[in-house]
Amino acid sequence: MRVRAILFSAIAAIASGTLACIAASALAAPDKIDPVADAKAFQKYFTDKFPKVKYEDFVNGPYSMNEDMRRQWEEKEQFPPYEFALEAGKEMFSTPFKNGKTYADCFANGGIGIRQNYPYFDEKEGKVVTLELALNRCREANGEAPYSYVKDEMASLTAYMAYTSRGKRMDITIPSDPRALEAYENGKRYFYTRRGQLNFSCATCHVQSPGQRIRAEVLAPALGILNALPIYRSEWSGMGTTSRRFVTCNSQTRAVPLEPQSDEYRDLEYFLSYVSNGLPISGPGARP
Amino acid sequence: MASTIRVRATASGDTTEVQALVQHPMDSGFVKDAQGQLIPPHFIQQLTFEHNGKTVFLANWGPAVSKDPYVKFSFKGGAKGDDLKISWTDNKGANDSTTAKIG
Amino acid sequence: MNNVGPSLSRRMLLQGAGSVALIGLGFGAISFSAIPALAAANDKYPEDAFKQKSDADAIKALYGKTAEASDKVKLDAPEIAENGGVVPIAVATTLTDVTSIAFLASENPNALAAFYVIPEGTVPAVANRLKMAKTCNVIAIVEAGGKLYSATKEVKVTVGGCGG
Repeated sequence: MRVRAILFSAIAAIASGTLACIAASALAAPDKIDPVADAKAFQKYFTDKFPKVKYEDFVNGPYSMNEDMRRQWEEKEQFPPYEFALEAGKEMFSTPFKNGKTYADCFANGGIGIRQNYPYFDEKEGKVVTLELALNRCREANGEAPYSYVKDEMASLTAYMAYTSRGKRMDITIPSDPRALEAYENGKRYFYTRRGQLNFSCATCHVQSPGQRIRAEVLAPALGILNALPIYRSEWSGMGTTSRRFVTCNSQTRAVPLEPQSDEYRDLEYFLSYVSNGLPISGPGARP
Repeated sequence: MASTIRVRATASGDTTEVQALVQHPMDSGFVKDAQGQLIPPHFIQQLTFEHNGKTVFLANWGPAVSKDPYVKFSFKGGAKGDDLKISWTDNKGANDSTTAKIG
Repeated sequence: MNNVGPSLSRRMLLQGAGSVALIGLGFGAISFSAIPALAAANDKYPEDAFKQKSDADAIKALYGKTAEASDKVKLDAPEIAENGGVVPIAVATTLTDVTSIAFLASENPNALAAFYVIPEGTVPAVANRLKMAKTCNVIAIVEAGGKLYSATKEVKVTVGGCGG
């Protein structure tokens, strides 16, 4: 069994190495940033690799890859563990700030059903703005202290906002502004760069090895990987935001985690969300 | 103060399916905190479901029941609009209860 | 505590009362206080059973008898738990006169995880989410007609790695 496993991973490594080369050359040449072509190639890579997975199902991460896990997940989804966070988020969202205003005043459509448009590129500021960042800016603009990006309040708020967008297709825009293209490219670069003691890039696990196990965990495909956030992770016995996941993923691969909402993370979220355009928002989600 | 108990009770024919999710740490007493200290056991011991004054389900739980415990069962005789009373007590003597309508 | 209504007469059943005919007729609960009631016989929290280490001892403390394996007990549990802290496990049965259902995990520090009292009129099926310390047998016990029936399934539990 072990020999087979080693053999399989060797073959997989060679195969994926080849695939990565092919995929890389299919992407835009270095001096021309072409997100449209990238997204097309990115999505095609996954749909080709997993022909039996329904397109919308990619957002379910490891559950789209493994039947036994899927059944456990479906049972828990009957009455999901993120129920309490979602309720808390709804209440928080509608509670006015000390100055009488609410979160609804900071967002288009009162903040309802807009999660799929985040992150977006703020042309005034020249930077990517994520939903978590926008929420804290809303708080600060109204005289409230910002929330931690990795703790429960932010997770509850984003859980509620994701919930109001459930089923809507991820819809990220990259304006034809060189700074926006640069941010996108930056995120893409981060995604494909190896780092840390284990010398893994995000792609190592989520592009080369989705559906396979790393130690005991089944890896999720990168396609649609942010669509289920924020997530209740059994491992955390609690909720976590996109920020929390980026930080812990870096730690787990023995790379130095960045500060939540640092430029690289925001750009990474921008890139990953954009190439998953068209896939439905499924958050809040649950994961192992 | 919101109840810790969330219920979904649905009547279909003469059978009512009940799902409950309760917010509770269900600490087993075997886990250590960040400082290396054992977190003392803190878990729901009994969760009772009553309909028309009769107990239709009684859960006796130990700390091996997952955090934010969940249970699903069905009973006969409930009808849409009926009340279902759910209450729990834990090993620290705390309790909570709620009444939900069968839908 | 909670009233366990007059039609609940497991007390008599488990104490092996000869007057079994009274069961199901909704007569008032007659207390046979001369015979010590086992935990499974009433709505008292089975403290002692939860304290037992092995599944055999826990079943003994709960019921005072042993179970026979039965294919009429359908135990639903995963092959590999995605996380040992939240394992969805369910049991259903075609047996009749079910009065209780218990779940045990043989390698947990204390084998008994949950014990459900099933009054008359309640469907003998329960779904719950349990913690499992490590790979071991999950055992479901169904008490029906005063006898115990069981189903066992091995569930693999792994330690989470880098996450999915």
